[in-house]
Amino acid sequence: MRILLDKFSKSFGTTKVIEGMDLEVGSGEMLALLGPSGCGKSTTLFAICGIHRPTSGRILFGDKDVTGLPSQERNVGVVFQSYALYPHMTVAENIGFPLTVRRLAAADIRKEVAEIAALVHIDNLLDRRPSQLSGGQQQRVALARALIRRPDVLLLDEPLANLDAKLRLEMRSEIRRLQKETGITAILVTHDQVEAMSMCDRIAIMKAGEIVQIATPSGMYNDPRSAFVAGFLGNPPISFLKGRAEQGAFVFANGIRLSLAILGGIPDGTVLTLGVRPEHFGTSGDIAVDGKIAFAETQGRENLYDVILPDGSVLRSIQSVRNDVAVGDAVRWSLDSKAALVFAEDGRRL
Amino acid sequence: MIEKTRVSANFSSVPVVLLLGLLSLPLVLIYAYLFIDTISNSDAGSLVPSEFTLQHWSFLWETKPGKPNIWLVTLNTFVFTSVITAVILLVSSMAGYVLSRLNVPARGFFLAGVMVLHAFPSVTLIIAIFIVLQYLGLYNSLLGVILVKAAIDLPLGIWLMKGFYDTVPWEIEMAGIVDGASRFTVWRRLVLPQIRPAVMALGLFSFLSGWSEFILPQVLAPGAQVQVLSVYLASLIADDNNFDFATFKAVGVFYVIPVLILYVFFQKHLMNIYGGGTKG
Ligand SMILES: Nc1ncnc2c1ncn2[C@@H]1O[C@H](COP(=O)(O)OP(=O)(O)OP(=O)(O)O)[C@@H](O)[C@H]1O
Ligand SMILES: [Mg+2]
Repeated sequence: MRILLDKFSKSFGTTKVIEGMDLEVGSGEMLALLGPSGCGKSTTLFAICGIHRPTSGRILFGDKDVTGLPSQERNVGVVFQSYALYPHMTVAENIGFPLTVRRLAAADIRKEVAEIAALVHIDNLLDRRPSQLSGGQQQRVALARALIRRPDVLLLDEPLANLDAKLRLEMRSEIRRLQKETGITAILVTHDQVEAMSMCDRIAIMKAGEIVQIATPSGMYNDPRSAFVAGFLGNPPISFLKGRAEQGAFVFANGIRLSLAILGGIPDGTVLTLGVRPEHFGTSGDIAVDGKIAFAETQGRENLYDVILPDGSVLRSIQSVRNDVAVGDAVRWSLDSKAALVFAEDGRRL
Repeated sequence: MIEKTRVSANFSSVPVVLLLGLLSLPLVLIYAYLFIDTISNSDAGSLVPSEFTLQHWSFLWETKPGKPNIWLVTLNTFVFTSVITAVILLVSSMAGYVLSRLNVPARGFFLAGVMVLHAFPSVTLIIAIFIVLQYLGLYNSLLGVILVKAAIDLPLGIWLMKGFYDTVPWEIEMAGIVDGASRFTVWRRLVLPQIRPAVMALGLFSFLSGWSEFILPQVLAPGAQVQVLSVYLASLIADDNNFDFATFKAVGVFYVIPVLILYVFFQKHLMNIYGGGTKG
């Protein structure tokens, strides 16, 4: 079911958290809300499931305005960051609770619980209590509880934050599989860009209560609208260089010039920020850049280098493992100028 | 919950036990004599009982002249105590939740009010209460004194419950609401079970407090038909004409038996309210 936020605003007392947000999530789509801590992701989620009333604006499910509808009547499944399982109930009772409060017959509930438990692979744990489960198992229980009454909308608030790296990887594909199998519309809140890029159809990046860009993961990565977005996506992160435009060249503070074709048409003297992703600086490219290796780190398959340029700024480079350079060496590596991103002083992409 | 005492190799518990035993010996003796005196007669000035007798316990099967029947008094005490416990549990568990979780108007005022009421010495109100009850026609009735005692004990109960509710995570409630449960169902099925040990402890606490209450029934319900055990007990020594110390002791033992039974069975829950732990 389609979700539409129309000029949605939310404030707590005098603190404005969200102002005039417009967001549309298509039916069956999985959207990531990505942003730094405190930017209002959870607030948005809680407004969609009805725990917070919007201060103004509308929330629509399909064509139905649910703004004034209490949570109980919205048919939303939510997985909370802390899972919020009911500690005094068994796993089966936890999963069946949404049906129990609807007064379904016990036999039907048992059947549905068994079905959904099999879907998330916890059918052998039904008699345990939440305290007797591992983090990943608790997470599956929370997911099963959210899915059991076939909600129109599934909301996930940082569901993987408490898991270890391996389990996180596993649950990532698991959640995506379930979402595809059930065809449910889902919103995933996260501040982990890898999670957002690998699990979702589209990403909405938020900053201080506003959505700064919505795009597909690859679209967002290759075509960020601002330096903030570019800095948020990518691991290891993009590096930024500060300078000026001068006759189609990028000029550092100390006068060193890089001639870049993409700077054509930008007036001389404009203050610029150049964004270079680590994979666009290294062995291949069209412009040579001199520098000194300040830091090297191996990630197994690849090496990560920090190169200090003569003016003091740092370029990151990621390349396949090599042993011929070490920290302290002067290097002359090439930069792929066509892939560099140019931002204005205020962070806008040019 | 119950920690087993482990005897460690480099620490012998014998001296400690000896010392504590010695120190508490006078207390043990007092209790022992309290009991021995109720089932025996001794010669004047002697500590050693001279004969076994059940005459001091005769209040159980014959009603003393001018006194109410002991079983009626016991029944009154049970009614008094149980109703108070029920009222306190019901009201505190709900009021505590409201004060802890719901956005009611003047919440701060109510919180402060409950605190002040708890700190207020209730005895100073007794004359006013007496007059009010008399005016309402509730003087010398169990109902009247139950209402007063429950009202006086409620602030503590509400405050305690609020404290325990504060420790229950918000997410549990949010999850319940999103799962489609009404606020009442959320409270009843999800939140209340989290603080069950505290409810248990408060129940016991109220029961003991009601059982041992003396001043309020003495002043507000002294009549023979509505007497409770503490008042009955006091009337035994207040009676100058046939002063019977051994019977007084026997009634005292009788009075304390239910309390002992409660302590034996529910000790662990009672520790909860003093320790403040919620893990059940
Ligand atoms: N009940 C509340 N009263 C007042 N301010 C609140 C309340 N809830 C949230 N806020 C504020 O709203 C802002 C956004 O909070 P929110 O929980 O939505 O952040 P978030 O994006 O989910 O962050 P995180 O990634 O840390 O979970 C924060 O600055 C927070 O302090
Ligand atoms: Mg959050």
